[in-house]
Amino acid sequence: MEKKIDYSDDIKTIKKIMEESSRFLSLSGLSGIFAGVTAIAGACVAQYGILKSRTFFINDMVSTLSDKEFSSVKIQIVADALIVLSIALAGSFYFSFRKARESGQKIWTPVSKRLLLNLFIPLIAGSIFIIVLYFQNQWQLIVPAMLIFYGLALINAGKFTYSEVFYLGLAELITGFASAFFPTITLLFWLIGFGALHICYGLIMYRKYK
Amino acid sequence: MMKEAISRLNKLFENRVRLGIMSVLIVNESYDFISLKETLGVTDGNLASHLKALEENALITVNKQFIGRRPNTSYSITETGASLFRDHIKALEDIIKA
Repeated sequence: MEKKIDYSDDIKTIKKIMEESSRFLSLSGLSGIFAGVTAIAGACVAQYGILKSRTFFINDMVSTLSDKEFSSVKIQIVADALIVLSIALAGSFYFSFRKARESGQKIWTPVSKRLLLNLFIPLIAGSIFIIVLYFQNQWQLIVPAMLIFYGLALINAGKFTYSEVFYLGLAELITGFASAFFPTITLLFWLIGFGALHICYGLIMYRKYK
Repeated sequence: MMKEAISRLNKLFENRVRLGIMSVLIVNESYDFISLKETLGVTDGNLASHLKALEENALITVNKQFIGRRPNTSYSITETGASLFRDHIKALEDIIKA
């Protein structure tokens, strides 16, 4: 009987090492919640601070602007988006570091490097594509492109971490395509994709892997 | 049934460190020495001697490279290694089920 206990211990060790060495498990649900709240705050700044608009229908609102006003609004929106991105990224690194430290795990491992590589290839491709859209004045496709490329990045990175990341990626992808069909209310899709979905994901992760 | 399964266990994997090395290498294309050491929480000498034993039995291969000026040794599992290790896991599972 003693032998038998030994063997099941072996199996447990094997499974644990396989999992830990092939998946990055220091992602925190708090990152998702933080990113979601940041995105919603950023959207409020865009809507009420920059666009000063009471309608979600961007076309109606844009038609009231002069060319000069419009180009200044565009730059402010881009700055707003970049600030949101930086804060959300910084938050996710901070919460991952914290979780890794609490559970005594290393943050810089072969699998975390692979995770970042797989995350950033679609993200950088998307960023370049968004820059192209911006300069081609295809601004109504920017939010769909953000959501689509972000979704693809998460799907790609999901192989190296919790499977919830993969499903979040799918949801972002679907939200992205939906927003492409409704270009006048992209801010609403931004709120769903980067706000609500992140918060749902964060809550699920936080409760499941606390 | 259980006796038969026990006889299928591979002596080469009896040691905990070797079991750990094989578990890492079966799910990763390659893994470097330092990361292996950190993952398994063992000393340099201990890890090196078990890696050597696995290498001599052609269960893993060693790739020595330079990253900049620093030597970087990484390890990969061989086909034989992967198939023997899978047999070993299967035998372990059969024993537990029995």
